[in-house]
Amino acid sequence: MSATQIKFYQVGSFAVGNRLLRDDERSVQSDPDRTNALTSGHRACQGCGEALGARYALDAAMRATGDQLIAVNATGCLEVFSTPYPESSWRVAWLHSLFGNAPAVATGVAAALRAKGDHTTRVVAQGGDGATVDIGLGPLSGMFERNDDVLYICYDNEAYMNTGVQRSGATPPAARTATTQAVGAHPGNVFGQGKYLPKIAMAHDIPYVATATIADLRDLEAKVERAMTMRGARYLHVLVPCPLGWGSASCDTIKIARLATQSGLFPVFEAINGEVVASSKIRKLVPVEEYLKLQTRYSHLFSPQRNDEVIDHLQRMANKNIERYELMGE
Amino acid sequence: MLRQVEGSKAVADAIAACKPQVICAYPISPQTHIVEGLSQLVKDGTLPNCEFINVESEFAAMSVAIGASATGARAYTATASQGLLYMVEAVYNASGLGLPIVMTVANRAIGGPINIWNDHSDSMSQRDSGWLQLYAENNQEAVDLHIQAFRIAEEMSLPVMVCMDGFILTHAYEQVDIPTTEEVSAFLPPFAPRQELNPMEPVSIGAMVGPESFMEVKYLAHQRMIDSLHTVQKVADDFEEQFGRKTGGLLRTYRTEGAETIVLALGSIIGTLKDVVDELQLDGHSIGLVGLTSFRPFPYDALDAAVKDAKRIIVLEKAFSTGTGGIVTQDVKEAISGMDINCFTVIAGLGGRPITIESLRNYLINAMVENIDCLTFLDLDTHLVEQEIMKERALR
Repeated sequence: MSATQIKFYQVGSFAVGNRLLRDDERSVQSDPDRTNALTSGHRACQGCGEALGARYALDAAMRATGDQLIAVNATGCLEVFSTPYPESSWRVAWLHSLFGNAPAVATGVAAALRAKGDHTTRVVAQGGDGATVDIGLGPLSGMFERNDDVLYICYDNEAYMNTGVQRSGATPPAARTATTQAVGAHPGNVFGQGKYLPKIAMAHDIPYVATATIADLRDLEAKVERAMTMRGARYLHVLVPCPLGWGSASCDTIKIARLATQSGLFPVFEAINGEVVASSKIRKLVPVEEYLKLQTRYSHLFSPQRNDEVIDHLQRMANKNIERYELMGE
Repeated sequence: MLRQVEGSKAVADAIAACKPQVICAYPISPQTHIVEGLSQLVKDGTLPNCEFINVESEFAAMSVAIGASATGARAYTATASQGLLYMVEAVYNASGLGLPIVMTVANRAIGGPINIWNDHSDSMSQRDSGWLQLYAENNQEAVDLHIQAFRIAEEMSLPVMVCMDGFILTHAYEQVDIPTTEEVSAFLPPFAPRQELNPMEPVSIGAMVGPESFMEVKYLAHQRMIDSLHTVQKVADDFEEQFGRKTGGLLRTYRTEGAETIVLALGSIIGTLKDVVDELQLDGHSIGLVGLTSFRPFPYDALDAAVKDAKRIIVLEKAFSTGTGGIVTQDVKEAISGMDINCFTVIAGLGGRPITIESLRNYLINAMVENIDCLTFLDLDTHLVEQEIMKERALR
């Protein structure tokens, strides 16, 4: 990690990080000698999967580019917990604009670098699943279609967590959220809706699409590094469990991410130019029930009585993934 | 060099002379000819070192401009009407982040009902967006304002909207002097961003600001807008010195000496009003004209000085606030509060309705003796609307 001194301010708005505070009032977060792209001391919840994923992803991107990196962030938990004025946890040139425009802002950053003749500095954009699959889908599709030189990373925790756990287009069927309550004839989120963005990304034939989870951080790092060896639009979809929204224990975040992959519910794979070229094999297949039971967002499937119909439906979805992405075998 | 050229093409050439580094655009009438022209200039190499990005929406257009500007590139886009509304969230964000983006608004009505013709509803809806708004009287001024806009924007680190009447100016062929790139370069120094995204000196731009500081941030933006009054005038003065043309600035007066009645307007209608004022003065009437170039920042002091001897002001507006009346009128009334001047509003030209000399003349003859309502809709089909009102009320 470079020893570049970090500065904190907001362009033009005079919201100048710690500039308005006396030295002795400034937080540890403003220590310019700290390490990591996303430093410790931010305000994420205990056991936050997104904080872990973002730190490893951006650290890997910084290493891959020799720190010549600019990060664009969508509105959401990651932005809120990392930059409560006058503090910032980012040790990378970082820009937040709006909820739905991170891909377009990143396009602008990349265009500016090209126009200035800077072919060294690279661009990463990042956002949650709401920013990515819902409100920012238009700009993201535009960025893919133009093949702009941006790596977009989606940290998918399967709902709008920052606003209080409302359903997003990435919320899985049967999951309880604040807007898909576990009441009525079909408790939780409906079946047959939602969108799987990795496939939408692949439909654009962009150079690189991959999925990853925080259960395998080396795989995540390797995929970021691989993405940074390429030019053009690249997409990385990272499953990041959210203890608050999923109703899971803080200490179970990584375990739950692993169960998501080992059950087949979240396939981990890589695609080049729109074609799947590799998938991470399941080492020890587990029934989806083991994944579901650790999360209160699915508790209505198990009490007051067990809902075999829905659990079986979810198991069939996992089985389909296992077949489609060839998740079993060597 | 004087050229007989379409307004949009003239603006495209003027923008190219300003050497923007990132141009992004989404098509919407009546703005499209501008970015068509620029895409040609980028593609044929006339405008080198510039990225032309075809985006998927106006929201993306402004967002690309935000990213580019924050990375230290001179950024430009153009829009109108629904397109401006579609990008509004990003419009406010650009000013909040203090990014000196320049955007042309080819003024057009807002639907529904859908209407592609000219009025000022689009840019007026962005009155409080934190952008400067400069209104062009004719295509020469449209060209000059864009060149001035980049300098104002970059000196103040604030975004500037250059508003030019859709179709009336954008599609009109006039003789225009378009400065060369060399001439513009002598007037407009290279973009030196106040802050920029740079991996060697990483900054966090766009942090979340809470209640303890948000008021201060907004107050500072307010002060900067007020300070830009000086910059708008100074840049216009510098422009006049170099190019020998009096364009831009805060406002311009026309035959206001000793005038009891002063008409105030923005944009291309000023040309028509000059003819009307000439006619009325010939007939012995005491009437003059103030053309407002800078709507944001609003030039309170300059307006006071321009109208201090008048008895009444007639504000002609091509937009209005439904349920109340004139938008510019509110600021004019604020400016003249405490002065013994009556203020009237005439709404005209909505959705491209032609504003004729005859209608203006008839209205102003009555206005000069205050035989008018506070709020008038010029050439309104009163018979038709009264019938409709009766029908609607009967159904309630």
